[in-house]
Amino acid sequence: MTEYLIKNGFVFDPVLKLKGEKADVAIRDGKIVETTEVKKPKVIDASGMTVMAGGVEIHAHIAGPKVNSGRIFRPEDKLFNTVPVKKNMRAQGGFSIPTTYKTGYAYAQLGYTTAMEAAMPPLFARHVHEEMRDTPILDEGAYPVFGNNWFVLEYIKNREVENTAAYIAWLLRATKGYAVKSVNPGGTEAWGWGLNCLQVNDPVPYFDVTPDEITRGLIEANEYLGLPHSLHIHGNNLGNPGNYTTTLDTLKAASGQKAKNKFGRETILHHTHVQFHSYGGDKWANFESKAREIIDYINKHKNITADVGFVTLDETTTMTADGPFEYHLSQLNHLKWVNADVELETAAGVVPYVYSPDIFVCGVQWAIGLEIALLAKDPMRVFISTDHPNAGPFTRYPRILKWLMSAKAREEQIKAFKQSDKVVNSSEIAGIDRELDLYEVAAMTRAGPAKCLGLSHLYGSLKPGVDGDVAVYDFNPEKEHTPDQIEKAFSSVKYLFKRGEKIIDNHEIVSHGNKRTLWVDVKVNENLQVMRDIQEKFMKYYTVTLGNYEVHGRHFIPNPFALEVDATR
Amino acid sequence: MSTVTLVAKAKPQLFLEMESVTPDAFAGKKASDIAELPVYEGNTTLRLADFFEVRGDGGTTAADTKIVIKGDATRLKYVGMRMTAGEIEVEGSIDQYVGAWMEGGRIHVHGNTDAFTGVGMKGGEILIDGNAGNYLGAAYRGDWRGMQGGRIHVKGNAGSDIGYYMNGGTIVVEGDVDVHVGSHMDGGRIVIKGNAKSKVGGQMVTGEIFILGTLEVMMPGFIYRKDVDIEVEGVNGKFALFEGDTAERHPKKKGQTVYGRLYLKV
Ligand SMILES: [Zn+2]
Repeated sequence: MTEYLIKNGFVFDPVLKLKGEKADVAIRDGKIVETTEVKKPKVIDASGMTVMAGGVEIHAHIAGPKVNSGRIFRPEDKLFNTVPVKKNMRAQGGFSIPTTYKTGYAYAQLGYTTAMEAAMPPLFARHVHEEMRDTPILDEGAYPVFGNNWFVLEYIKNREVENTAAYIAWLLRATKGYAVKSVNPGGTEAWGWGLNCLQVNDPVPYFDVTPDEITRGLIEANEYLGLPHSLHIHGNNLGNPGNYTTTLDTLKAASGQKAKNKFGRETILHHTHVQFHSYGGDKWANFESKAREIIDYINKHKNITADVGFVTLDETTTMTADGPFEYHLSQLNHLKWVNADVELETAAGVVPYVYSPDIFVCGVQWAIGLEIALLAKDPMRVFISTDHPNAGPFTRYPRILKWLMSAKAREEQIKAFKQSDKVVNSSEIAGIDRELDLYEVAAMTRAGPAKCLGLSHLYGSLKPGVDGDVAVYDFNPEKEHTPDQIEKAFSSVKYLFKRGEKIIDNHEIVSHGNKRTLWVDVKVNENLQVMRDIQEKFMKYYTVTLGNYEVHGRHFIPNPFALEVDATR
Repeated sequence: MSTVTLVAKAKPQLFLEMESVTPDAFAGKKASDIAELPVYEGNTTLRLADFFEVRGDGGTTAADTKIVIKGDATRLKYVGMRMTAGEIEVEGSIDQYVGAWMEGGRIHVHGNTDAFTGVGMKGGEILIDGNAGNYLGAAYRGDWRGMQGGRIHVKGNAGSDIGYYMNGGTIVVEGDVDVHVGSHMDGGRIVIKGNAKSKVGGQMVTGEIFILGTLEVMMPGFIYRKDVDIEVEGVNGKFALFEGDTAERHPKKKGQTVYGRLYLKV
């Protein structure tokens, strides 16, 4: 394989503690190596440019039935933006729900080389994997959802941690999943009864277990197994005024528990898109930011991580396994609605949404996302996301960087709001003058997510031994930039390497790379009860047989990469 | 005003997508530059000159550019798409998406138009001397933002699904219409001087539909309120006012529920 030497760039790497020092980065056989270890490298002149590890997306909805329902019922999302076949590139289309090929290209253009699909319905895991297979360049994994799964609800109710863990291990293998995801724990199952669990102690109908018990039970099982990633939760009561207290209750489930794993992960609970969970007031009219309450709690509790879910002020497509929330949203905006039930496992909803800068609530949502990131004390634990496409498309990351890195850019946006004064009075964004630097950005987009996912041995840094994933941005950190120059520079990498292969050369995609599918292969003691329960539920309830359930073979995963965990005892 | 005349000289094998034929695109260009503008036949990009003889230069702005299309236009789609000003005159009949998402200016078609004429239209005027096809002044597939403004006037008949998701503007059809008129309509006005069949105002939220001829079947969600004497599009008369669709949600204004209004000539 070609050796590369990326010379003289300003390197930002929180793992190596490089804060823009000029340094060379060498790649050999797909890995980062010491610069002395390359013999005849191709030299990339990165002088005057910013060099970072490839970006790591911790939470996005980019593959599977939910995303595809969005594509199918929103042909208007592709209106005026289709791109025909080009050299080295397949056709592309879609703004908030891009085609799989566009998803791969667009992440690469932003300097990202790894992405996680945040909610895989186990029954439709095959579909998720087929779409990931067709998403070029990126290493990808998917989180199966567990928080409303009948097996899990029963085992947790009976306080059977070994059975919960054995079932998780079985399902991760069956679906080739990466982590334990929980969406509106209990509430989505309640939606099957026309109900919801808005608070952490609201019992789930029939199962008589509470969201708090589910969350604690899943954390316990996750650490019992020692999985690479922590429990990844989307808490109850998303999107409602006054929900910040529910969020604090959710986060409390992590108190007193410690991470146990061999992957270098130190945290035990990841709360996703906290922007949607940091709302004050008790109705839309007195809606206000409670970002400080949430981020203060996260700052103080070192076993918790979060991603933000920034509102980008675009027309987008919301999609979540939080079925009751999507119903609620469709009643607010009267737009079309997809509602789906997934047998014993989960549900989903999809609704288009327009975050208009003319609407007061949208302005405050925008402010809350930025407040969370700007008030975060440890950028290794608070990550950049838009919960793509829920709060906006991931292609807006450069615009988010602009807002985070420039107080002036935020000021301009605040002025542009129709109800600017009301937004300012209901948030504290106008009083924050912090501007993030690229070292913090590198932590929030690479090093932090990689560590939290238990993948710091592969991604997130330029330390010799990790994968040769390198992004070079045409951005000189020693120069002054206007807000729009920041956005432009991070919109299109000059060079991108994935596992040592050049993917982008002078802003042009030159290769589809050789993407891998990451999954977690856990060994547990033989558990006859769980195996019998699985057989029985498939016989009694599922519409498919076990043989048609499991994801296996090259068709679904041409290039698998398993992280092995031995949880036998 | 400068006039650019396109004279059809070759019939495309497939249909030609002609979104580059607008006063906006022609303005400031010489005939020879206009001839080089792209048109799409299937997945092949060709030049306007491959199918048309181009006579005359564009004006300095869209507003002082007029385009005349002579000869067979029945295989041309998207003529006048997203135009903001100026004029287009089609001497014969034309295919789908004429004046789609148009924002201003005027289009006059001497013959008929096929489906999706004025889809998503925001402003300006379309005059059709012949008949219009289905989805006149409607929303694009999947979209909830149909015709927003402007005026469409059809001297002949129109097809089905006209004014689908219409939010504003006016559609006048002098002849008859097929089924599904103003479905999901939330604003705007549709006037049918001839006869209508059925499914008029299905899931209508607000807006107005006038039928001066007959209506075969009234939707069950409409309720008769009263007779009113009004003038619409130059016709005075007594109309029976119905409100609906009561099966749909409706906004409130000053404590009063606002319904869609359906006026039937008595
Ligand atoms: Zn999500």
